[in-house]
Amino acid sequence: MSASLETQQTIRSLSDEGYKYGFVTDIEADSAPPGLDEDTVRFISAKKGEPEWLLEWRLAAFRAWREMTEPEWAKVEFPPIDFQAASYYSAPRQQATPKSLDEIDPELLRTYEKLGIPLREREVLAGVAVDAVFDSVSVATTFKEQLGALGIIFCSFGEAVREHPELVKKYLGTVVPQNDNFYAALNSAVFSDGSFAYIPPGVRCPMELSTYFRINARNSGQFERTLLIADQGAYVSYLEGCTAPQRDENQLHAAVVELIAHEDAQIKYSTVQNWYPGDAEGKGGIYNFVTKRGACRGARAKISWTQVETGSAITWKYPSCILEGDDSVGEFYSVAITNNRQQADTGTKMIHIGRNTSSTIISKGISAGRGQNTYRGLVRVQPRAQGARNYTQCDSLLIGDRCGAHTVPYIEVRNPSAKVEHEATTSKISEDQLFYCRQRGLSDEDALSLIVNGFCKEVLKELPMEFAVEAQKLLAVSLEGSVG
Amino acid sequence: MLEIKNLHARLEDGREILKGVDLSVAEGEVHAIMGPNGSGKSTLAAVLAGRDGYEVTEGSVTYRGRDLFVMSADERAREGVFLAFQYPVEIPGVNNMYFLRAALNSQRRHRGEPELDAGQDLLQRAVNVGFSGGEKKRNEIFQMAVLEPRLAILDETDSGLDIDALRVVARGVNGLRAPDRAIVMITHYKRLLDYVEPDRVHVLQDGHIVQSGDKELAAELERIGYATFGDPGGDTAGDAAA
Repeated sequence: MSASLETQQTIRSLSDEGYKYGFVTDIEADSAPPGLDEDTVRFISAKKGEPEWLLEWRLAAFRAWREMTEPEWAKVEFPPIDFQAASYYSAPRQQATPKSLDEIDPELLRTYEKLGIPLREREVLAGVAVDAVFDSVSVATTFKEQLGALGIIFCSFGEAVREHPELVKKYLGTVVPQNDNFYAALNSAVFSDGSFAYIPPGVRCPMELSTYFRINARNSGQFERTLLIADQGAYVSYLEGCTAPQRDENQLHAAVVELIAHEDAQIKYSTVQNWYPGDAEGKGGIYNFVTKRGACRGARAKISWTQVETGSAITWKYPSCILEGDDSVGEFYSVAITNNRQQADTGTKMIHIGRNTSSTIISKGISAGRGQNTYRGLVRVQPRAQGARNYTQCDSLLIGDRCGAHTVPYIEVRNPSAKVEHEATTSKISEDQLFYCRQRGLSDEDALSLIVNGFCKEVLKELPMEFAVEAQKLLAVSLEGSVG
Repeated sequence: MLEIKNLHARLEDGREILKGVDLSVAEGEVHAIMGPNGSGKSTLAAVLAGRDGYEVTEGSVTYRGRDLFVMSADERAREGVFLAFQYPVEIPGVNNMYFLRAALNSQRRHRGEPELDAGQDLLQRAVNVGFSGGEKKRNEIFQMAVLEPRLAILDETDSGLDIDALRVVARGVNGLRAPDRAIVMITHYKRLLDYVEPDRVHVLQDGHIVQSGDKELAAELERIGYATFGDPGGDTAGDAAA
């Protein structure tokens, strides 16, 4: 009997209604059996106690997904994914957590050390029960009080659906519709959880919003759904991910992030991604297939994406900006490292629609080992986008002679007043540079770190300060052993 | 301070460049090594500094009583060996003062001395990026002043400099003479030696030192030219005079 059929029968036996409005919520199963069909979607939605409109939204996504084929145009290679082989829902793990760092893999601890992660954070990251580390209740409470006083909403996506459904309903899918692309459709059907933030008009969020502070976030990596809204004149800086290496038994990560910036609002979205990249042969690593898009809806809105991608076996993402509002601004700063057998096909799309819009793209790709690193960018100026300006700089750094760096820029300009600049450089870390540093007393590692950080400087300085230091160290750690 | 005995070294492709170099440099002394193109001057500097791409096939180098060749390039640097490069390389994005401070602190850590904090940043530009030839050479001497090496090897520091730049560099080098420091200047021309008076002058030809003398030797070399000294075939000379 097929897995989904079994599920159906189990469910039917527990409820009278069959599955008209989703399943009865007292389903005991902790995880859905492998496979993906409409029942799986209903199961997930019921497990989360979602309202009817959201279930319908998911189902529309699932039906669209079923008709789509996987895209194959990226410069990444991987064995075919069997979408029916994975389980699309599992309850937050109740497994035994380590009591202290003594129970943690020393290799992992060494990495935390190298990254300069504060001791207490290491414990949390390693999975030691949060209560044992922080007085988690009071941390979360203080935090929420501060934000609440300003009218800022920052919570899990699930909580937002429950507490602020009108906001979710208003904005969900307005930047990345369900049928946008294969992986976004999949995400829209089965997304687990994610972050939600709303900044009211004129409010400047006083602190970095970080997934780290959503203490339960660690369990929802696979199909994250994030929605951030900055109302008129608001400002928020959001930080996703962390430098510490993260493992997940689920290989495919297909997240969707939607940002909406209204008139005079600004959203700064930073990502540091260090998902498990697989072994030296690339086996077992995470596939990070992400759709991220921001819409500058109002005049003078600004959205900046900053990313440091060092992990994952495959990174496939194009954080983009839709510049609808007049005088709106889009920015994309990226450092992507591919070492060993990692592959990355990443870049951005800047769509100029309003008048006098401008965009800046600074992409730094570092390839080492047998890594393959591709920058793929689109700058599109629509016919009515008067006075559009774009500056693109993509630089590649090659370490060793078995890696690859590729650049695929698309420039589509349909308004003659546009000014679009594109610069690209490709260079190798030279023996001369390394020797120069070593002759001044710097070790091999320090020399490489210095040169790589110099190369990535323009991007790293866009990161929130607390993170910049960790990110620098992360670059060095990611490139260990790549020279010599 | 530095004892080079019968040093033979070759390139990766097998070509032997140093064919038995002998040299002895004591603390507080300034030596000059002169020689024609291809004599092995830069190779000598590279081998002493520990650059990859060269193989020592025979001989030894003792630095402050230690075998130089058991130390890696950066270890040698932390022990006080400094090479002023003939062609200093650019390092984009790396602030000059940051680089220097990192180097200095690396050496101080090694010596067990306290590290320096972020002080005034005189040079905010990236290392050698956009510097003229003369500026790069001055930057080398500046770095030397900050790092205070025990053994400074100046590889053709005077090449590419006009008279004024030469005077500035020379002033810098002279200012760094010290009783516990040895300076070895590698050069083609006598010019630099007019400003930085050497205690000893050695002529390197075809991979070994064919003659040594005092600063008069440099003047003589200028008058007669390299061809007269020693035999291109590589026999040890001895008969100088002429």
